[in-house]
Amino acid sequence: METIKLTIDNKEIDVPKGTTIQKAARELGIEIPTLCYMELHDLGIENKPAGCRICVAEVQGRRNLAPTCSTNCENGMVVKTHTPRVLNARRTVMEFILSDHPKDCLICPKSGDCELQTMAHRLGIRDIPGQEFAATSTYRKDTSPSIIRDLDKCILCRRCEMMCNDVQTVGALSAINRGFMATVAPAFEQNLEHSTCTYCGQCVAVCPTGALTEVNHVPSVLRALADPTKTVVVQTAPAVRVALGEEFGLAPGTIVTGKMTAALRALGFDYVFDTDFAADLTILEEGTELLDRLSRHLNGDTTARIPILTSCCPGWVNFFEKYFPDLKDVPSTAKSPQQMFGAIAKSYFAEKIGVNRKDMVVVSIMPCLAKKYECQREEFSVDGNPDVDYSISTRELAAFIKQANIDIKTLHDEDFDSPLGESTGASVIFGTTGGVIEAACRTAYEVYTGKKLERLDFTELRGMEGVRSATIDFNGLPVNIGIAHGLGNARKLLDDVRSGTSQFHAIEVMACPGGCIGGGGQPLHHGNSDVIRARAAALYAEDRSKPLRKSHENPFIVKLYEEFLEKPNSEKAHHLLHTHYFDKQKKIIIKH
Amino acid sequence: MSKISSLADLRKKREELQAGMDIRIRALNPENIVQVKVAMATCGIASGSKTIMEFFLEQLDRRNIEGVVTQTGCMGYCYAEPTIEVKLPGQDPVVFGFVDLKRADQIIEKYIKTGELVDGIIPVNYQTIDLKE
Amino acid sequence: MSKYSMHLLVCGGTGCHAAESDAIVCNLRDELEAKGLNETVQVILTGCFGFCEKGPIVKVMPDNTFYVQVKPEDAQTIVEEHIIKGRKVTSLLYRDPKTKEPVADSKHMGFFKKQMRIALRNCGFINPENIDEYIARDGYAALGKVLSEMTPDEVIKLVKDSGQRGRGGAGFSTGLKWELARRNVSDEKYVVCNADEGDPGAFMDRSVLEGDPHSILEAMAICGYSIGASNGLIYIRAEYPLAIQRLKTAIKQAKEYGLLGNDIFGTGFNFDITLKYGAGAFVCGEETALIHSMEGLRGEPTLKPPFPAESGYRGKPTNVNNVETYASIPAIILKGAAWFSSIGTEKSKGTKVFALAGKINNVGLIEVPMGTTLREVIFEIGGGIRNGKKFKGVQTGGPSGGCLTEKHLDTPIDFDNLIAAGSMMGSGAMIVLDEDDCMVSMAKYFLEFTVEESCGKCAPCRIGNKRLHELLGQICEGKGVLSDLDRLKNMSLVIKDTALCGLGQTSPNPVLSMLDNFRDEFIAHITHKKCPAGQCRSLLEYIVNAENCVGCTACARVCPVNAISGMRKEIHKIDSAICIKCGACMEKCKFDAIYIS
Repeated sequence: METIKLTIDNKEIDVPKGTTIQKAARELGIEIPTLCYMELHDLGIENKPAGCRICVAEVQGRRNLAPTCSTNCENGMVVKTHTPRVLNARRTVMEFILSDHPKDCLICPKSGDCELQTMAHRLGIRDIPGQEFAATSTYRKDTSPSIIRDLDKCILCRRCEMMCNDVQTVGALSAINRGFMATVAPAFEQNLEHSTCTYCGQCVAVCPTGALTEVNHVPSVLRALADPTKTVVVQTAPAVRVALGEEFGLAPGTIVTGKMTAALRALGFDYVFDTDFAADLTILEEGTELLDRLSRHLNGDTTARIPILTSCCPGWVNFFEKYFPDLKDVPSTAKSPQQMFGAIAKSYFAEKIGVNRKDMVVVSIMPCLAKKYECQREEFSVDGNPDVDYSISTRELAAFIKQANIDIKTLHDEDFDSPLGESTGASVIFGTTGGVIEAACRTAYEVYTGKKLERLDFTELRGMEGVRSATIDFNGLPVNIGIAHGLGNARKLLDDVRSGTSQFHAIEVMACPGGCIGGGGQPLHHGNSDVIRARAAALYAEDRSKPLRKSHENPFIVKLYEEFLEKPNSEKAHHLLHTHYFDKQKKIIIKH
Repeated sequence: MSKISSLADLRKKREELQAGMDIRIRALNPENIVQVKVAMATCGIASGSKTIMEFFLEQLDRRNIEGVVTQTGCMGYCYAEPTIEVKLPGQDPVVFGFVDLKRADQIIEKYIKTGELVDGIIPVNYQTIDLKE
Repeated sequence: MSKYSMHLLVCGGTGCHAAESDAIVCNLRDELEAKGLNETVQVILTGCFGFCEKGPIVKVMPDNTFYVQVKPEDAQTIVEEHIIKGRKVTSLLYRDPKTKEPVADSKHMGFFKKQMRIALRNCGFINPENIDEYIARDGYAALGKVLSEMTPDEVIKLVKDSGQRGRGGAGFSTGLKWELARRNVSDEKYVVCNADEGDPGAFMDRSVLEGDPHSILEAMAICGYSIGASNGLIYIRAEYPLAIQRLKTAIKQAKEYGLLGNDIFGTGFNFDITLKYGAGAFVCGEETALIHSMEGLRGEPTLKPPFPAESGYRGKPTNVNNVETYASIPAIILKGAAWFSSIGTEKSKGTKVFALAGKINNVGLIEVPMGTTLREVIFEIGGGIRNGKKFKGVQTGGPSGGCLTEKHLDTPIDFDNLIAAGSMMGSGAMIVLDEDDCMVSMAKYFLEFTVEESCGKCAPCRIGNKRLHELLGQICEGKGVLSDLDRLKNMSLVIKDTALCGLGQTSPNPVLSMLDNFRDEFIAHITHKKCPAGQCRSLLEYIVNAENCVGCTACARVCPVNAISGMRKEIHKIDSAICIKCGACMEKCKFDAIYIS
């Protein structure tokens, strides 16, 4: 590797060719401020449109200032990052940006976690000259089932566009208009709801300001809790417990399962359950379906479609309904754990405690924004009463806890309620890429071979590469597994399925990079992929700490089948726990 | 149309064309052939050169004047559009500016028929390079 | 045939017209009639000779005698001396500025023809829809020569030696650009012609495409051979329908002749050209934005490097040149590098096409050797300022350039001199301003264009230019404070220093040069709340002239905001605090009793 020698702020440094000035400076401990730039290094995601011009520095011999995020080091370069010229330029550009930004920080959902606010503070901006006659660029507000777009707060960092197009290949967001009125919007200026958006929420996850935020369901949940006629049941997804602590100043990857349970109980939920229970249930339903399809396929049944695709992720379901409707019979028909939970809670559990489903409110705590849309799907309701009433994100829960004067750090660990609070290690790892298929393998192996699995950690299925594959030996039967996280990666595998060249028997897809731990409802990573890595590690640690690590060993699942569902894929199970998909391909109709 | 398949071909073609144009014009009627070029770029067309071109095509015929009317690009005198260039046999070309139908009629009646100049001449104030090697 | 044996051509160009050329015509005709010569000598009023500084001009035909600075009273002398006695009037002859000798025959006044047409050599000369006429004018001979007799490296060397610099604005060496594209190895390369002409007032590219489309096709093929590309793309704005049609005709004809397509001139060289249409965004003239637009993406610039020569259209090495740049290439090949580099200045070779617009008499397209002065362009070729007004400045380089003034008039025009003077060559638009133009408003006007045309990608250009524009608006409305001048300057310099592409980096140029050259005018707006040119409406004051006012009340009745008070038959008064400066009162007054201060 060729080495480049340069000087930054009078310090010499050698860096590999292709290193940007900004990264070289960081090596020297010089943190050049950036705004539009964002990198999730482990996931190979980088946004550098060089648009904000905050990270500029002086390069000797160069006519103008260089954007350090995207200017590569050259031999003999002499860089100065804090000359009066640079500081003045940076301040002036920041004043420009702030002059076209609403000043309602007091009531902005992003306040306190806003990168623009942080930058304004860091640069010590105390005044915006000319503000009294400065026009501001505005665009209509757009609310969808999951995401609110308030583009008056958009600073054109283009991160959302990069996530939506380059990473997710969804293509719902791109820059429109020009000059001062440039903004980011779906094609033909449609609302998000009528676009190809999958509600994966990755745009929200990277938005530095309050331009893209989740729809807040906390007030509805509060109303339900306040209503004495309602029995309010809460379920929490696996990825929440390894991220919630971040909102309270704990290190990423801190497991706060017990404290979270205590907090939820303190908030007034009648029953604090675990989505993990439903994840175990998913494994039995989906695993059975996999084995059924696989054996029929191996027996030459051409109606058995292989590969089977996981269907736990609502962003992913939206994606194939919109982009691959021709393949809608390929994914598993199993509902997602959130919806399985809702269906069981409002049938089996409601019966058990003698509550009418209309008087039960099921709330889910999810790392995800697509879940908000998913629980509103018509097919997931009975006579207009949804199986899951409200889905709130990890961030919303954190805000809710703070509003209730609860300091999560001082709470004592509490357990989930029974029976829908019991889970195995297999269900915990649902929250990370590769986890669902690993959990499925643990059960499918034992069911298929009738043998006890010796090695529970399928490390070959783990990791952060976008597309992974492994072959698992089912006692002589090689099962080819494919894994994709990020919809762009999923698209690659789906293209192969469509063209008939896919070699996989089963494919796990999660819409978000890293899986649910990197979901659009999680505490913001601010471009630090270590955060996502730490959450994954925490999930695997939680898995290892569980006495039971295979879904079919969950005694309450066994009991559920005995008392209620009979057996996996039974008629009753099908009715409650399985679904069907729709052709939602966007057709452009131009009316004259 | 035959293909030009070598540089020699092109040179031959060029000579034919140069001679051909001359011969075609001279052989017909050396005294009466008049060449009219109308500047037909966007600026010319916008100020009415199409009408002027049609007028010349029609009127030269009607008034029994042997002439060739062709279009050409912008002569650069945008302030004086429509502009036309008239070349009488054996004489230097003359450019007329601000040509409306009235002036076009004058140009035919006076300059083309009798060689008498009319108002609105634009003196050529540039030299065009010749590519001859 | 003509009954006249002699013609007197009197310049009727606007400049000479103002200098009494009408009277000269009258006097000449009277003299001729008096001498009974009106049947044999005809007096003709002509268009501009492009020599307005020495006007009025009288030219005697057929002997080509060229009289300068003729006064109406000289008519008698000309008729008596020249026409009757056949003696030239020496005192009126043009004198060679160097030898001080009178020059009798204008045919010997080569220097008089300030213009030299290389890029425009065929415009207005050939029929652009007939390839034969192009070939008759040595068309495709350069391509033939290159393919049959030269190696690609030789072509590049020739173009480099000619010293030609890109005519699109930045002035990068054409030969060097080709060399960079040649050096990058790839299975596929592209030659792109940038015909996304967007500077307000500039239309030389359109004229070339409309008047001489084959020269572009030929040059692109030459470039393709040199860099190793077999595909050419012309990015042309869809608002140029005639140019598009002529290009299509030209491409079809060239293909029929085998001058485009496979095995051109039997040399095995293949080259094809397709058109790509732009939607008229100014920023797409920037080469990276242009390439993105051709790829179907948003027309937005990206950071260079990588340069298009490394990674351009579809990620392949791509050479992008402007129309005018290509138009000169066949001439350079045929006449040689030495010929081309003998024209122009030390660092800027050849000729440049300028589009003259604004308060100038001869609005139009001109092509002059580099090094011609602004004075020659504006006052000689351009015929000076309209309506005899006073020259105030000239905006060169379009809205990205700067405004040059009186003190720059004798600067030879070339790339480097214009930059040194605080402007730039740009595409070659020249907008001439006179004493009636308010320079604060002009800066605002030019900035309005860049505000409108910014793509919005980078913050300084997207927001900064808008803020500059707003601040200029405040000053125009009399709401400015002196510290605004420092703010204008600081914002301008920061935008230049931080914007992503050429558009943003140059957009504050008009503001900076107006500030430098016309600071007094800014101060007049701010401290005296006056617009010296009388253009800024908010700063006007309508006043009743007490001497003329008869108290008819017409003005008071027409005023939409009731700003005028006064009893019938009494002198009226306008309350300028209420007045919205609509001018209705002044229009209505029959007694000339209202004036503007």
